[in-house]
Amino acid sequence: MRHLTSPILILAALAVGIIPLITFSVAEGGTPWPDAYALRITAFTLWQAAFSTALSVLPANAVARALARQQFWGRDMVLAFFAVPLSLPVIVAVFGIAALYGNSGMFAGVLNLYGIQGIILAHVFFNLPLAVRLLLEAIDSSAPENHRLASQLGFSGADVWRHVDWPAMKPALPRVASLVFLLCASSFVIVLTFGGPSATTLEVAIYQSLRMDFDVSRALTLSLIQLGISLVMVWVAGKTLMLPAQLQTLRSGTLRRDGRSFSARMIDAALIMTASLLVMPPLFAVLYEGVASVSVDEALLRATLTSAAIACLSAALALGLAWGLSVAQVRQPRWRGSLSAIGLGGYLVPPAVLATGWFLAFRNIYGGPVLSIVLIASMNALMALPFLIALLPAAVQQSFIQHDRLCAALSVSGFNRLRLIDIPSTRSALAQCGLMAFVLSLGDLTATTLLGSQGLLTLPSLVQQQMGHYQSSAAGGTAFVLAMLCLGLTFAAQRASRWT
Amino acid sequence: MIKISNATYEWQGFRLAMDFALSENTITAVLGPSGAGKSTLLNIIAGFETLAQGTIMLIGEDHTTTEPSARPVSLVFQDNNSFAHMTARNNVALGISPALHLNADHWRMIDAALNKVGITHLANRKPGDMSGGERQRIALARVLVRKKPILLLDEAFAALGPSLRMEMLALVKSLQTEQRLTVLMVTHQTEDAKAIADQVLFVDNGHVHPLQAVKKFLTSKDEAIKNFLS
Repeated sequence: MRHLTSPILILAALAVGIIPLITFSVAEGGTPWPDAYALRITAFTLWQAAFSTALSVLPANAVARALARQQFWGRDMVLAFFAVPLSLPVIVAVFGIAALYGNSGMFAGVLNLYGIQGIILAHVFFNLPLAVRLLLEAIDSSAPENHRLASQLGFSGADVWRHVDWPAMKPALPRVASLVFLLCASSFVIVLTFGGPSATTLEVAIYQSLRMDFDVSRALTLSLIQLGISLVMVWVAGKTLMLPAQLQTLRSGTLRRDGRSFSARMIDAALIMTASLLVMPPLFAVLYEGVASVSVDEALLRATLTSAAIACLSAALALGLAWGLSVAQVRQPRWRGSLSAIGLGGYLVPPAVLATGWFLAFRNIYGGPVLSIVLIASMNALMALPFLIALLPAAVQQSFIQHDRLCAALSVSGFNRLRLIDIPSTRSALAQCGLMAFVLSLGDLTATTLLGSQGLLTLPSLVQQQMGHYQSSAAGGTAFVLAMLCLGLTFAAQRASRWT
Repeated sequence: MIKISNATYEWQGFRLAMDFALSENTITAVLGPSGAGKSTLLNIIAGFETLAQGTIMLIGEDHTTTEPSARPVSLVFQDNNSFAHMTARNNVALGISPALHLNADHWRMIDAALNKVGITHLANRKPGDMSGGERQRIALARVLVRKKPILLLDEAFAALGPSLRMEMLALVKSLQTEQRLTVLMVTHQTEDAKAIADQVLFVDNGHVHPLQAVKKFLTSKDEAIKNFLS
């Protein structure tokens, strides 16, 4: 039973978020059936998510294959750039995209950023590189002998695609597509920034219903629809989403002999350059706008300290919960599926629902900035959990297999075992998970928007505030600081994965 | 049949020097300690690795720089000789047409090859549903339909148990006699060489020793060979 403390805590946190909303809605005489507004919002959410997924995943197939079969100077750099959006705070990317395509950007007028076009551009910016990396990982998983056999049998490029690359990619495709769809369907900050009355998704509509209209019944209906979509996506993905928790070093494709013809090289170069042109310019815009605009003022320092405090608390909470879930998964293997599902809970239940439920539950206790910080950190920890439990259980299992019998023989148990054996032997995974949770929290704007009290300023909310006040130079400086912190810590997390 | 002259291969500080000739219709075992360069030697002949200097002549033609598919060679690996999503029959068919554009004669040839290696009854199974030995039989059936005169075995049967390994070696021997193949097989087991090889190429310390008969190799006074055999 003690192994189940962590899953029980997670379920309790989710229940504390959901139950007050249901109680409140029932007391108000609300009905869960969707009205015309809810149906319109649902249709838009699904449509934009499907379109964003198609524009991210379909080209990613071709780009991943191009990267798999071409070796060139700068390939590692392209892959490193493709990893950046995975750890870049959404608000920083939003700033970079707005700096390029906004009203005073270099490409002003190319598209209408504030509406569906901006939403889809931002979604593709985040998800095309993610899909490329996950699909490249899948292509690289095919046995080296398959490529040797292919070259011995004289396979053409099309034959290699048909017999080697596609069979390797096919099983990963539904999982990648459903992950991207889920990320696009639950996107909050992008839609809040670029959307409007005609371009609102479920997640933002829930927030607006609760915070602006205080229509709990409608929020509940929208939340149930959002939850349904998320559950269907998890089911499509085969119960386990392909989360990019392990930022793997992708293997080079030196064994491949296809893609050497002039036409293949030209096509691959065009694909890689087009994808790079989508991903790199917003990052350069953040650098260009930010590097000269950093001014260490009181607001920046205060926001940095607040963000760091929230991130520390969030990382500690996430690590504790992930450790407990991992131990429960290893010790109770027959409940592994259910325990994984509990870990995904923080991702599946709309944050606005949790935030409002928690707000209703705690409003009579104390409503100051300390409670805000604790609640923001808790929500960030719950949202980081799915990424952590994609990584930690394997390390815990390995440690337990290796040490269980010896610990039993030596009577090393409880806290002593945790301190002397388990933590040191899983320190690489723990460090990686801790840094990952820290980075996710540092860049978060969703929980801060939903749970922040007046005067609580984090780095992402400072960027948002400065953008809202048209202080684009100051926003650039803050975005730059935030981006550098997140990228630096992600790099540290990658280094930690090689720590022995 | 296989002639490598004054050749060296270099890769990240590793150097392999070789100069030998193998006559046709023979079986040669490549023996030597781990990391000596045995598999590299096969990869050089198959065209997966490029020589720093020297020439490779195969059936009288210079193949020093030709692509793997243009060489008169079939190579069987220890694992992953077949594509998991295809049936055994289609895996063999790839040896004739990578696009699987085949006529009735081709299919007859494929079925005959499957029959020859004893897996006709498994023709429509996928490799994942077959044992290790059966999967290697697919590779041998494909060797038959490709009709290349040189067969390279890179520890092809190392993962099999002793009796199955001997059974597979016997199959190789019969195919070699029947098809007049020149076989070069990398192995860790001297028993394999004793079972079917005519001669041995010993690879040690970045150097391919001169060719010698199996019996002579087993009684060699050379220190390196004695160390390896002990």
